[in-house]
Amino acid sequence: MADQTLPISGSVDVTPPHAAAGTFLERLHGWVVTVDHKKLGILYVVYSLIFLLVGGAEALAIRIQLMIPGNHFLTAATYNQFFTMHGTTMVFLVGMPILFGFANYLVPLMIGARDMAFPRLNAFSFWLTALGGLLLYFSFIGGPGLYGMGAAPDVGWFAYAPLTAHVFSPGNGTDYWALALIVSGFGTLGTAINIVATIISMRCKGMSLLRMPLFAWLMLVVSALTLVTITPLTAAQFMLLIDRYLGGHFFDTQAGGSALVWIHFFWIFGHPEVYVLVLPAFAIANEIIPVFSRKAIFGYPAMVAASVGIAFVSLGVWAHHMFTVGMTSVSNAFFVLSTMLVGIPTGIKIFNWLATMWGGKIRFATPMLYCTAFVFQFLIAGLTGIILSVAPWDWQLHNSYFVIAHFHYVLVGAIVFNIFAAIYYWYPKVTGRMMSERLGKWNFWLFLIGFHVTFDTMHFLGFLGMPRSIYTYEPNRGWNGLNMVVSIGAFIQGVAALIFVYNLVWSYFHGEVAGNDPWDAWTLEWATPSPPPDYNFATDPEVKSRRPLWDLKHPDDPDWKYE
Amino acid sequence: MSAIPTVPELQDQPWHLPSRGRIGMLSLIIGESAIFTIFVVAYVFYIGKSLSGPTPGQVLEVPIFNTICLLSSSITIWLAERRIERNEIKAFGLWWGVTIALGVVFLVGTGLEWYKLIYHDGLTISTNLFGTTFYSLVGLHATHVVIGLAMLLLVLVFTLMGRVTEHHAERIQVLALYWHFVDAVWVVVFTVVYIVGR
Repeated sequence: MADQTLPISGSVDVTPPHAAAGTFLERLHGWVVTVDHKKLGILYVVYSLIFLLVGGAEALAIRIQLMIPGNHFLTAATYNQFFTMHGTTMVFLVGMPILFGFANYLVPLMIGARDMAFPRLNAFSFWLTALGGLLLYFSFIGGPGLYGMGAAPDVGWFAYAPLTAHVFSPGNGTDYWALALIVSGFGTLGTAINIVATIISMRCKGMSLLRMPLFAWLMLVVSALTLVTITPLTAAQFMLLIDRYLGGHFFDTQAGGSALVWIHFFWIFGHPEVYVLVLPAFAIANEIIPVFSRKAIFGYPAMVAASVGIAFVSLGVWAHHMFTVGMTSVSNAFFVLSTMLVGIPTGIKIFNWLATMWGGKIRFATPMLYCTAFVFQFLIAGLTGIILSVAPWDWQLHNSYFVIAHFHYVLVGAIVFNIFAAIYYWYPKVTGRMMSERLGKWNFWLFLIGFHVTFDTMHFLGFLGMPRSIYTYEPNRGWNGLNMVVSIGAFIQGVAALIFVYNLVWSYFHGEVAGNDPWDAWTLEWATPSPPPDYNFATDPEVKSRRPLWDLKHPDDPDWKYE
Repeated sequence: MSAIPTVPELQDQPWHLPSRGRIGMLSLIIGESAIFTIFVVAYVFYIGKSLSGPTPGQVLEVPIFNTICLLSSSITIWLAERRIERNEIKAFGLWWGVTIALGVVFLVGTGLEWYKLIYHDGLTISTNLFGTTFYSLVGLHATHVVIGLAMLLLVLVFTLMGRVTEHHAERIQVLALYWHFVDAVWVVVFTVVYIVGR
């Protein structure tokens, strides 16, 4: 399957394997001091996967608690900590680092560069992010503070004021939350700057912007969006700390401050953040769907335009999280319409993916299975998003499980599915070995079933009026059976995740040797050996079309004649 | 030759991409602008919402001398940038030193202003909303001036040691970009705090 005939003589690492390995301490040292974009990319992904398991375990604890009414598995206080930590972990310690990890590993390879624009900034950003994660989880030990009150943060992942004031959140849990996000926020900012500079300034000869792989394009859009998305959160966190430590009054309603200001600032970050997370998922689909459909992506310029469009529109929709705080009807109408507007560019994308598959010679390997499920689940997530964007509907369903179901459909159904797809797809490049297809199929089908059992059912709980963030409920509400079903689905997903972890480890030692280009793909990363040498490309590549490897494999019928 | 298709006609064309230093600094500036925007919005939103005094009208004096110093430092750093391009190291060092001096004057001016506000007018960050937003916004800007000055000083030390040549022109211009940004932000802060808010 691997096409070993590619003439890659110039880019082969001739170091004998045993000489490269070194002792355990030498290798560990190598990982700690590395500035190589590939090693940092792997560090990002491994770090995120560990936190994915932690955040997943928190979700399972939440689901055990809600399985039956009046359960005492978790106390109310612990429950509050768990859903706060679950949300914060999944967004800041899993979603962003893993997607930036992919960007770190893949973008330089895809654009024919030897490293990122600022390798040392890259390492600095990773270690800041890692410190942020440690700070957040240290709160379980250090959170009680001098007075022994509170522990881990329990204010919800959006931490609405005035709950975060010293009076209502004593102890240091909230401070750890704010500090962790400030620290990892600077890490994220550094990575975003790095990716923008890499894509704009490090492309190989011939790779004009409109010849870049769509993955690189979307990462450019995401990173540019991150520059103006993560920073408002950092600013708001500083204000929160000023309030908590210096006696400031930003969100202090007793002194004329406004809790509403925090809500605005948080969602000015919080909504574009959704697109920061989902655009990389699109980016992954843009690479995988064409390769497994054996067709070039349909509507490349439209995809680029739609991505840029989504990024711009996403900056003007934040207050659709705030329909119930009582805004004027003009503001309500504005945010209803701007939110619905997002549906147009996302719709374009879904049609383009379908058109790419249409008439293609589709091969349903595990990555493609995940991407196919992604397209349909993202469509449903988008539709419930349109439902929620209608202010009167939102008044009815706000903060119910319908909202939880909607955003988990995006975060799990779209983003986690494509994270799995990406790992199955690029694992051979990173490790040199294929992941087991048999385990992959088990992983996919179990996860798909678990996902739908959990999150489809949650929509109905929302309709039945079950609010989010409650630690238990009375038996006569009519929520019992559905909650049990949701929890069972969560455990099926948990089993699927364990199979995935097993597959990762097993394949590393026993997987089939992959070769350079196991999927017969078209972008530059597949022209390097697997795993790629430190310097990526022995000679600087040059490209003439969007699919340089297609041109190489089909000199009789190259792309550049038609583009 | 590697696996990558080489296209003969392309090799002859020049392949120019923007400098990564400039792109990186511009990205940082975009991100920083968002931080400042949030603080400026908070300041503007809370104008006149303090429940107790002192109010900006009672205690703030317009820092005209300070502003002139900081804004002229943008001109002197620009002059320094032109000198380093032509490898006139002495003149570069002179204008660079003047820039630092102007920045220090600005910082001292802010310090004196804060001293007066705290000890004569009794305005601290916890006094009222005005104090909270004023010290946060002006303090955020002053922090950026301090960071900028630290980096400018580093370059001055290297210049005095004779390590700076015209090869460093681009890096120095990237740093100067940051200084220009700090000055430009002051125009906004000045307008909001000392003109609109007073």
